[in-house]
Amino acid sequence: MQKATIQLETLTCPSCKMKIENATKAMEGVDKDSVEVLFNSSKLKFNFDETKVKVEEVENAIKKLGYDVKKSQVKSI
Amino acid sequence: MQRFILSKKNQVALISAILIVAGFVSLYAFHNETAATWVFAIASVLGIAPIAIQAYQALWVKVVSIDLLVTIAVIGAFFIRNFEESAIVTFLFLFGAYLEQRTLNKTRSAIKELTEMAPESALKQGEDGEYVEVEVDEVGVGDILLVKTGAKVPVDGTVLAGEGYINEASITGESVPVSKHADSGVYAGTILENGTLQIVADRVGEDTTFGRIIELVEEAQDSKSAAERFIDRFARWYTPAVLALAAIVWVFSRNIELAITILVLGCPGALVIGVPVSNVAGIGNGAKNGILLKGSEVIVDFSRVDTIVFDKTGTLTVGNPEVAEVQIYSEDADTVKAYVASVESESDHPLAQAVVDHIGETKRFPVKNTNVVKGGGVVAEVEGHAVAIGNVALMDQEGVSLSELARADIAQFEVRGNSLVLTSIDGELKALIGIRDQVRPGVKGDLAKIKKLGVKNLVVLSGDNQGTVDRVASDLGLTEAHGHMLPEDKSAYIQNLIDKDHIVAFVGDGVNDSPSLALAHIGIAMGGGTDVAIETSDVVLMNSDFSKLPHALGLTKATASNMRQNIAIAVGVVLFLLASVFFSDWMNMSIGMFVHEGSILVVILNGMRLLNYKLKS
Repeated sequence: MQKATIQLETLTCPSCKMKIENATKAMEGVDKDSVEVLFNSSKLKFNFDETKVKVEEVENAIKKLGYDVKKSQVKSI
Repeated sequence: MQRFILSKKNQVALISAILIVAGFVSLYAFHNETAATWVFAIASVLGIAPIAIQAYQALWVKVVSIDLLVTIAVIGAFFIRNFEESAIVTFLFLFGAYLEQRTLNKTRSAIKELTEMAPESALKQGEDGEYVEVEVDEVGVGDILLVKTGAKVPVDGTVLAGEGYINEASITGESVPVSKHADSGVYAGTILENGTLQIVADRVGEDTTFGRIIELVEEAQDSKSAAERFIDRFARWYTPAVLALAAIVWVFSRNIELAITILVLGCPGALVIGVPVSNVAGIGNGAKNGILLKGSEVIVDFSRVDTIVFDKTGTLTVGNPEVAEVQIYSEDADTVKAYVASVESESDHPLAQAVVDHIGETKRFPVKNTNVVKGGGVVAEVEGHAVAIGNVALMDQEGVSLSELARADIAQFEVRGNSLVLTSIDGELKALIGIRDQVRPGVKGDLAKIKKLGVKNLVVLSGDNQGTVDRVASDLGLTEAHGHMLPEDKSAYIQNLIDKDHIVAFVGDGVNDSPSLALAHIGIAMGGGTDVAIETSDVVLMNSDFSKLPHALGLTKATASNMRQNIAIAVGVVLFLLASVFFSDWMNMSIGMFVHEGSILVVILNGMRLLNYKLKS
């Protein structure tokens, strides 16, 4: 398992939070319970199985929703 | 294409504003209805584009968002050829979003300032011994780094070589520069004011003290109280419910105008955003003032506190005890002192260190079989003699009989506010040492402010003797004082208060009172940024600044009531709008959207007041 922290563009609408959360949870290989969208600091945190999904794929799904990804960090846990 | 339109949302709002004005001019100045209708229609199509895209994207991930309500409403308005209203509604929605973004950034500014203090680059030693500038993320544990004058220390580390003065305000809140030389610890985010240091990285990134503080504040500003989680769940079903209600109204009344008006009025904006805004502004104010509040649950609990329990040493007092009086019961005072110093230098208890400091340079003997007696003191063997050093309880336990004279001395020492350290050698009392700890300056005034804020019980608990604790309590105007408390007695005492339905806060330095910090409803750590304190507590007073406590309490009270105000505003506005759509004839889509966006701004502005909160003196 790896833990990703993705810094997004500034989030301002509460429904953005739900959209990003649902989109991330829908990805194969992402641990659903670990998905956390920090609305105020505009960060997305989640754990994922690196053999099933790459962090870039999650980033792309979020970009497709219309949100910029500023920086992402992956740590082994 | 979608992303292009979304990124130009603000420009779209501006253009549709211009078009709407143009539409009204052609309508009222030139009485040209056809032109006006066209202009309003173009403004509507332009304005709805980004909103519809967002609605579609949300649906794609199974979220029924506000955007969907607005999109359907505008499509409905098109059907009944009400282009004027559809143009105004889309404009108000986009313009509202823009204002929300601007004001939200303001409420988040305090915490943003904090995170921006994080170091970004480092000078790392390469294999050739030269230093190259790298991103701070590329620094690993064990790397050797160079820190130059004026630069931020990039990691938590240890000085290998060099000397300098560091401003540690970002960690401790104390802005007087601290001298650093070989083997000194340095912290990420602190600034080297002069000198040059070569350091080795011990902890990097999120593991540094500064990284942990930031992570904690970020988690805190997004943490949710039970009430907030309820609102979230509510909002998840509320939006689809509004959609259903509008559909039902349309099916039964065949009145599209009424149905789409309900869609616009039902937007839950202010309700969803009201509480988080108060929360982030309150936590931001705290962060700016050296108070870490761990989330909105903590804010709500602390605002209702009625009993605050204080640890004495290091909390009410400076925590730097000094020997005030010494009584020796032996001809050979030097040997007794040398024994005492030898045994006490093995211990890191603050009282033991005070004793060692007081005795100073003396002969030292090898110490064997050292045994720490929890809540009592220490027993050991020196040159074949059994030495016990500790409080009266330890003397009883060791079977030391106290003479009439010694008992009288002990009573005298206690009355004068001393903590007692007794020494017995081979079962006979040889020395009585009285140690005093200064009360922190200003504590009395701070406690008075806390009382004024409505806290009924102020209790001090201490391992010290009752005499000392009573004296501190009467000096400071506390309501209760209990001495002779072991750490487990303290937590039992707190459990007892909790069982009696008190809302209890415990204030300690986190060194040996972590169980109490964890057990109390609100654990408040007086931490100079120590790890234990940051982890176990709910509130951290940086730099151990006691005077921040009344501010923290006042702030949580203000924040909690701000949250209640925002909920009341949001619910009130929705009820008012729904009532007026059914019982009045002046309500329409544009007015509804205006009131709705207005209420969002009102709750944000209301939350923003917390950024400037100050305790009235």
